[in-house]
Amino acid sequence: MLRLFPYIRRYTFLIALAILLLFLQANVDLALPDYLSKIVNIGIQQGGVATSIPEFLSEQTYRRLGLFLNPQEQAALEQVYAPASAEQIADLQQRYAGLNEQPLYVLAQLPSPEMRSALSRALLSVSFLQRAQENPNLAAQLAKQMGANLPTLPPGTDLFAALEKLPPNMREGLVNGFRQRFESLGENMLEQMSLAAVKAEYQALGVDLNRLQRNYLFRTGGIMLLLTLFSALLTITVGLISARVAAGAARDLRDALFVRVSEFSMAEMERFSTASLITRATNDVSQLQMVTMLIIRLVFYAPILAIGGMIRALSTAPSMGWIIGLMIVVLMSIILGVFSITLPRFKLIQTLIDNLNRIMRENLSGMMVVRAFNRQDFERRRFDHANRELTQVNLFVNRVMVIMMPLMMFLMSAVTVLVLWVGAHRVAELRMQVGDMMAFMQYTMQIFFAFMFMSMMFIVLPRASVSGERIAEVLETQPSIQDPPSPLEWPEPFRGEIEFRNVSFRYPGAEEDMLHNISFVAKPGQMIGIIGTTGSGKSTLVRLIPRFYDVTDGAILIDGIDIRQVRQSDLRMRIGYVPQKSNLFSGTIESNLRFGDETAAEEVLLRALEIAQGREILTSRPEGLAAPIAQGGTNVSGGQRQRLAIARALVRQAPIYIFDDSFSALDYKTDLALRRALKKYLANSTIFIVSQRVATIKDADCILVLDEGRLIGLGTHQELMQTCDVYRDIAFSQLNQEALA
Amino acid sequence: MSENRSFGGNGDRPATPRRPMDGPGGMRRGPFGHGGPMAMMKGESARDFKGTMRKLLAYLGAYRWVLSLAILLAAASTAFQIFGPKILGNATTRLFEDLMGQIAGTRSGVDFAAIGRILLTALGLYILSGLLAYIQGWIMTGIAVDITYRLRRDIAEKVHRMPLRYFDGTSHGEVLSRLTNDVDTVNQTLSQSLGQIVSSIVSVIGVLAMMLSISWQMTLVALLIIPLTLGLVRFIVTRSQRYFREQQDYLGHVNGHIEEMFGGQVEVKAFNAEARSIRTFRNLNTVLYNSAWKSQFLSGIMMPMMNFIGNLGYVGVVISGAYLAMLNRITVGDIQAFIQYVRSFNQPLMQMANISNVLQQTAAAAERVFEFLEEAEEIPDPERPAIIERARGHVEFRNVRFGYTPEKIVIRNFSAEIQPGQRVAIVGPTGAGKTTLVKLLMRFYDVNNGAILVDGQDIRNFRRADLRHQFGMVLQDTWLFNGTIMENIRYGHPEATDEEVIAAARAAHADHFIRSLPGGYQMVLNEETSNISAGQKQLLTIARAFLADPPILILDEATSSVDTHTELLIQEAMRRLMQGRTSFVIAHRLSTIRDADWILVINEGDIVEQGTHESLLAKGGFYAELYNSQFAQLEAIEA
Repeated sequence: MLRLFPYIRRYTFLIALAILLLFLQANVDLALPDYLSKIVNIGIQQGGVATSIPEFLSEQTYRRLGLFLNPQEQAALEQVYAPASAEQIADLQQRYAGLNEQPLYVLAQLPSPEMRSALSRALLSVSFLQRAQENPNLAAQLAKQMGANLPTLPPGTDLFAALEKLPPNMREGLVNGFRQRFESLGENMLEQMSLAAVKAEYQALGVDLNRLQRNYLFRTGGIMLLLTLFSALLTITVGLISARVAAGAARDLRDALFVRVSEFSMAEMERFSTASLITRATNDVSQLQMVTMLIIRLVFYAPILAIGGMIRALSTAPSMGWIIGLMIVVLMSIILGVFSITLPRFKLIQTLIDNLNRIMRENLSGMMVVRAFNRQDFERRRFDHANRELTQVNLFVNRVMVIMMPLMMFLMSAVTVLVLWVGAHRVAELRMQVGDMMAFMQYTMQIFFAFMFMSMMFIVLPRASVSGERIAEVLETQPSIQDPPSPLEWPEPFRGEIEFRNVSFRYPGAEEDMLHNISFVAKPGQMIGIIGTTGSGKSTLVRLIPRFYDVTDGAILIDGIDIRQVRQSDLRMRIGYVPQKSNLFSGTIESNLRFGDETAAEEVLLRALEIAQGREILTSRPEGLAAPIAQGGTNVSGGQRQRLAIARALVRQAPIYIFDDSFSALDYKTDLALRRALKKYLANSTIFIVSQRVATIKDADCILVLDEGRLIGLGTHQELMQTCDVYRDIAFSQLNQEALA
Repeated sequence: MSENRSFGGNGDRPATPRRPMDGPGGMRRGPFGHGGPMAMMKGESARDFKGTMRKLLAYLGAYRWVLSLAILLAAASTAFQIFGPKILGNATTRLFEDLMGQIAGTRSGVDFAAIGRILLTALGLYILSGLLAYIQGWIMTGIAVDITYRLRRDIAEKVHRMPLRYFDGTSHGEVLSRLTNDVDTVNQTLSQSLGQIVSSIVSVIGVLAMMLSISWQMTLVALLIIPLTLGLVRFIVTRSQRYFREQQDYLGHVNGHIEEMFGGQVEVKAFNAEARSIRTFRNLNTVLYNSAWKSQFLSGIMMPMMNFIGNLGYVGVVISGAYLAMLNRITVGDIQAFIQYVRSFNQPLMQMANISNVLQQTAAAAERVFEFLEEAEEIPDPERPAIIERARGHVEFRNVRFGYTPEKIVIRNFSAEIQPGQRVAIVGPTGAGKTTLVKLLMRFYDVNNGAILVDGQDIRNFRRADLRHQFGMVLQDTWLFNGTIMENIRYGHPEATDEEVIAAARAAHADHFIRSLPGGYQMVLNEETSNISAGQKQLLTIARAFLADPPILILDEATSSVDTHTELLIQEAMRRLMQGRTSFVIAHRLSTIRDADWILVINEGDIVEQGTHESLLAKGGFYAELYNSQFAQLEAIEA
């Protein structure tokens, strides 16, 4: 995969940007549970009061607090709270609906942790005494619970005044008594209890607590929504980036592949095979596009989310971290377990499906034979066997796969239950709040999904990396035939004399030479016939001329210049080539004829058709030259296709022509007429005609006879009939065997 | 029900040419498979949805009870899953109340026994739910795999009962695509989507009920998001569909261009067309890029937007919940449970919205399968067939009229009588329809008018198997299958002993080369049967015909890409095979034609002339013209 990086380097910045945005998004997504917990913790549980330190106090409470503080703490109190200015009061009234107009002390500076608990204790003591003063029975009951025995006081007693009047040492003893009792409760309990005191203080000052809570909920909810919106915007932006990067990378890779393949010579085409190159440029690129999207949106995101989630979960409740660890271990073992069982069988399934398809294909293509031999039952059994085999493996794999969903659902639920159980204990021990527990639960789920995504990538990535390798392999292949750095030019006029000088050729990877040491000269305007049995190297020889392959040894010279020293386009421009298997392109007859020369005049097209004996193709079609041609020319007959391919080459009016067994689909009459026309119209061109039929080449100026890659005969028909045994054999065998049809 | 197809099904179906990429294993379902973001896009749909579904249900009929059980299990599993949050909510409430009590001093502390009980109940429910879900999945995969097996089997068996005519208008790729892609779609729906559909319906109903049981006010708030969601989905889908279409179109164009240019590399190089081809490619590729990123972006936008709307509902629920809690109408645990319900409401809702797409896709796939299974079959064999053991080999064509389609008659009025042991050469230009006679003789097609008689009996009076038993066939495209050489030769006579097989191979001059192969007679021909040469394949099919030992032979002389030595062997083997049998030879050799007892000259499907070599030459017609233009050529070689 990394080998492809150079081709998508231009997207580095966008990808980096996406990662940055993903960091932001992870933070936002992870902050959400925080707000959820705040809504429940503060909004619902604490009635919208965020901290146990009151933001403001009445003058009376301020003074009373002093009673329960030691001298240092009293000094600190003066730092923490200060008399409120008129503006401050107005501001408070804004935020705390219903707050009465009265002298207030406001929080001027956040207290130190020690001072904080001292304040809480003092506040609780004050509120306790206040309640005792209002309801002596309740106070006594409460005191009893706290382990103090308080005499029931008569109602109306001003306890604070009494306390003030006590001698300092006695008062200190009492205060210390309170302090010890509160300390035994623990910080959290203290916090929760003092929150109630704060609310009572606020209420006493006229604050509408319901509105306070509602405002808090709306504010926090609003922030939550903003965050979600932000998250959505981030996701959409990342989506935009990933879509553009993925589609762009696909476009660039496709482009690079296409350009590279069009530089390939036949050797590379054969090495990869056309079908495989097509798959690489289509399916593999699409595959990579999809994966690029996934990589940016999930592969990068999942670990960020997982790590962020863990950090937050652990900072919320470090003691419950083991639950997350356990969850990951179980999750991974389930996924690994299921996939280690199914993945190898997926490959098996593919083979079995191929097998089934193959039998079906055989049945379809051999339908006549199957019926001719009455073997339908045999074929039925053969198919059934393959079908059963496939069904069995399929059933097994599906049944293993089916376990995934319920197991995942259960794991998620079980983790929730576990968090609740362990969390409940922490909460009861006052080491945690309910909302924190719920936030922890949310983090766990986020981590769960992050790991699910990551494991999904283990399946997608290997497949993508195979695609990547396949593409890189093509891109890294240098075409074996390239233009020379300083190409030569042919002197005009171009004559078209072709010389093979000791040419040997071996297909890449082959063990033996296909052509051995071939030398001959084709003079301008000559017609050269090439004949030999299948596999004798006829086609190979002519394919060397347009440099579809390069000679292994020796040289081919045209007008005295080695063809490897000129530009490929310059060389091919001068050759009209008609391949053995004529391939037409989708479009019209005209677009196909113009394939060799876009600017050709219509008369040229028509004349080329006429020489190629193809005028009748036009007359049978009302659209004429504009008649549509399907891909590969499948909508015209084999003979018509061949004639169109010949006409296409003739449009170029080239000085050199190569007909590579191009008359095979023509009947003898057409073959003959065509050759006569060629002789007449292409009198100045050097023509190579490859054929298996003696009749086709017998009028050539010079005939090359090939046998197993060796040039064993060279001369005219008459000469060869005298001198070349192989040629004579071929000629006579065709006399006896030649097809009439 | 399907329309009455009078012409065996190829008349009214527009022949949809499938590009090679669309064949089995192609990506017809798009890059996202069944349920991805693209699933919101309209897929293909069945022409007769109801009828197809009825047929599919009928197919499922045998599984009625298990299927109902599976649906019941899916519903139960979902229901249990739904109860979970409610029960867990109770635990939180309990914890919270105990805690507040502790603070307020009214309770002594958290009652862990009670919370433990609640949690264990929830855990039990979850286990039960998972278990039921798995049993459901187990059952459904069983059914799905079984149905898949049956559909495939039915298709395969159907192939053998269909008239050859059907395949004139239907490519093999199409049949294969039904066998794999379409059956697979049905399989997917049954094994995955069906359970999903049931559980999402139950989820939506169940979650709704649970939400209502907690608070109708909050439910109302939660439901407000549905119209919003639907509106959003519609908005995005209509926007992105255009680009999605365009993307698919241009992906097709780009891939088509790649296919064509890579396939025509020789021409591209020969005509210096690289630059032009790249230019065309770049234009297509750029359009593809523009529509690709837009369609991907737009379909990717859906999730975050839905998320946002979901969260909108979520905040609404929390705020209304807190408000209700403030009024002491509901508990904190209820809010917590409710929140979980809200979260689990969206997904099944989306799935439900997708159901119709999945069903449409399934119906379209199933329709193609059923359509195939309902195609007209071969006319059944006669009830009281004429008995034929071994024909003498007398063949008569009596006023035969035939056309592949009724509008296009190729053989107008053909009569001929061939005596046992005679050799008939069938002659004509390439593509003239020389195999038509063969197809008629062996009753792959029936004549429109007139009759063909073997030993004086109309061939339609025989059982097809009996009739075909009289014929041996050696065609140009040798058909061998992926099995051993022994099995391939024995194909024509399954009961033959190994010795008989070897004797036949010897008679066909095949024994020698077989023994030189690795594994000899036990060598397995590979899938493309490319591990033996074309000539060797031909010898094997001749051996197969020898072993079958039929009284009447049909031979195609054409040999292509066969070396001279093997060609001689084939010629000799064919000559020996023909001895003592009535033979129809699709002739390519002058000698064969000259030696034939009777010549049928075919042009454009019709028999234009018939007679002996001499009589035809004397007649000076099509044959004479063909022969003379040829003869002059061949004479000249000798000069």
